[in-house]
Amino acid sequence: MTVVLETLNLVKQFGAIVPTSNVSLQIEKGARHALIGPNGAGKTTLINLLTGVLRPTSGSVLLEGEDISALSMHKRVQLGIVRTFQINQLFGDLTPLETIGLAVSERRGQGLDWWRIVGSRPDLVLESVEILEHFHLTDVIDRRTAELPYGKQRLLEIAVAIACRPRVLLLDEPAAGVPEDERHEILTAVAALPEDVTVLLIEHDMDIVFSFADRISVLVNGALFVEGSPEEVARDPRVKAVYLGEEAVDV
Amino acid sequence: MIPSPAAIRAATEWLSARARWHPLEMLFWLAAFAAIFVLPDQHLILTEIAWLGLFALSLDLILGYAGIISLGHAAFLGLGAYTAALLAKFHIVDEPVLALLCGGFVAMAVGFVTSFLVLRGSDLTRLMVTLGVALILAEIANRNGWLTGGADGLQGVDIKPVLGLFPFDLAGHTGYTYCLIVLFILFLLARRLVNSPFGLSLLSVKSNPLRALAIGISVDTRLVIIYTISAFYAGVAGALVAQTTAFASLDLFSFDRSADLLLVLIIGGAGYLYGGLIGAIIFKFMQDYLSALTPQYWPFWIGLVLVVLVLVGRERITSWTTPIRRLAARLDWRTTAHLTAPSTEEPGH
Repeated sequence: MTVVLETLNLVKQFGAIVPTSNVSLQIEKGARHALIGPNGAGKTTLINLLTGVLRPTSGSVLLEGEDISALSMHKRVQLGIVRTFQINQLFGDLTPLETIGLAVSERRGQGLDWWRIVGSRPDLVLESVEILEHFHLTDVIDRRTAELPYGKQRLLEIAVAIACRPRVLLLDEPAAGVPEDERHEILTAVAALPEDVTVLLIEHDMDIVFSFADRISVLVNGALFVEGSPEEVARDPRVKAVYLGEEAVDV
Repeated sequence: MIPSPAAIRAATEWLSARARWHPLEMLFWLAAFAAIFVLPDQHLILTEIAWLGLFALSLDLILGYAGIISLGHAAFLGLGAYTAALLAKFHIVDEPVLALLCGGFVAMAVGFVTSFLVLRGSDLTRLMVTLGVALILAEIANRNGWLTGGADGLQGVDIKPVLGLFPFDLAGHTGYTYCLIVLFILFLLARRLVNSPFGLSLLSVKSNPLRALAIGISVDTRLVIIYTISAFYAGVAGALVAQTTAFASLDLFSFDRSADLLLVLIIGGAGYLYGGLIGAIIFKFMQDYLSALTPQYWPFWIGLVLVVLVLVGRERITSWTTPIRRLAARLDWRTTAHLTAPSTEEPGH
């Protein structure tokens, strides 16, 4: 198997706090990879390092063997590393159609086109509608995003990322905060992601992780703790200890 | 799964909705051009309205579409005015349209350089930085009296006929026609721009810069571009002032100009291009009427209007136009659906 996204001895340090400590992670092409770990394990920091929100203190991020550690966030998106956010980051005043249309036009490098009207490219419209239909957003296609039900916003969060045609998609807790009855729709959408897209899923909910992932990495205190297939991770007594420990505290 | 033709058609319709010409818009421009013939007595004030409207349009491009607030936009007005006036005074460029473009380009160049200062930081930082730039330019113009005429202003400017054909007259007939045509052309370009993918990307940057980055938009580049374009517009407005008055003064750089401009845009509402134009009409006529009535109390009234507007608008400067848009929709004018959505609340993020 070929490795798409890789980190080499990645370290991030804020003063005395080390949220990412010497992480060497490999994500294989087409993988359904899950990143789990208790609260404060450094999952979000790792995502921020992968996507370019943060620069590493040391170590590097490689995309298909090429060092991209110095690239800014939007450059990495153009290379195919796309993320969703745990807390919705959408364009509240735009409609889902405009949002997707924008992402598609940006991906095609037409973002500086100031002469043509957005709706004047039939292929762009077609692709946008396809994506919106795929994510069951057609009923709200022309509503202000800020007024959509939360579940629809979560779907749009994923749809926008897909409109960027990612090579690697980082899903940061896609079902976070979604009410129980709308959860199913999100999970179906996640399960139906294109097979050629490599997915790294960050998730708390173990049901989702084990139904989705073919590989799981466990992050504890900023370091990679255990990695393996779902069965291996499920059996691993150290993982149980970490999670049981956390649950005991939670209870 | 291939979307139905009906769905595609509807989507095309929605995506083009913002760009479609509304009957009210046509009426607006018809009236503006009709004023050339039917309101000859008002051409002096209409000239002022036209350049002020262009100046406000330039602020709307950055404030209404990209979310960049400025308290120093007069910097570009002054630059454009002095450029055009100096070119005419020393007979470097005698033809007004060429000099006008030069004024725009000088402002544009300075806008490009200073745009990097407004990239970082909060609204407050931007207010201070833009204000600072305008103060610096005003002081440079003040200190170089040998060139600019200093506090006395630049006198002895002789503006030649437009295109060599239409001389400026004291009643402002040429002035108004000239300003209106320039305004209309630049308005059309701006209208194209804001309804393009580029314009949509500006709205997205204004709405959520983090997500804009996350879909691969280089936010800084977009802001630099629109700020530079806006500076060009303001520079052209300044050149219009200099050419229609055959005069340029330090007052064009002043804080009062920048503050008045913000007020004009607040009166008209930001983010739909007409706000600056409507604001300019209301502002100028109000100024004209009230200062004729009670010259010394003009600032009182403008202050009162500001307070009322902000209270009615609840800090969101575009929202007070919402009832008008809703009314327009009820009368079945082709206003887009999302402009008339029932809620005017800000998205909760």
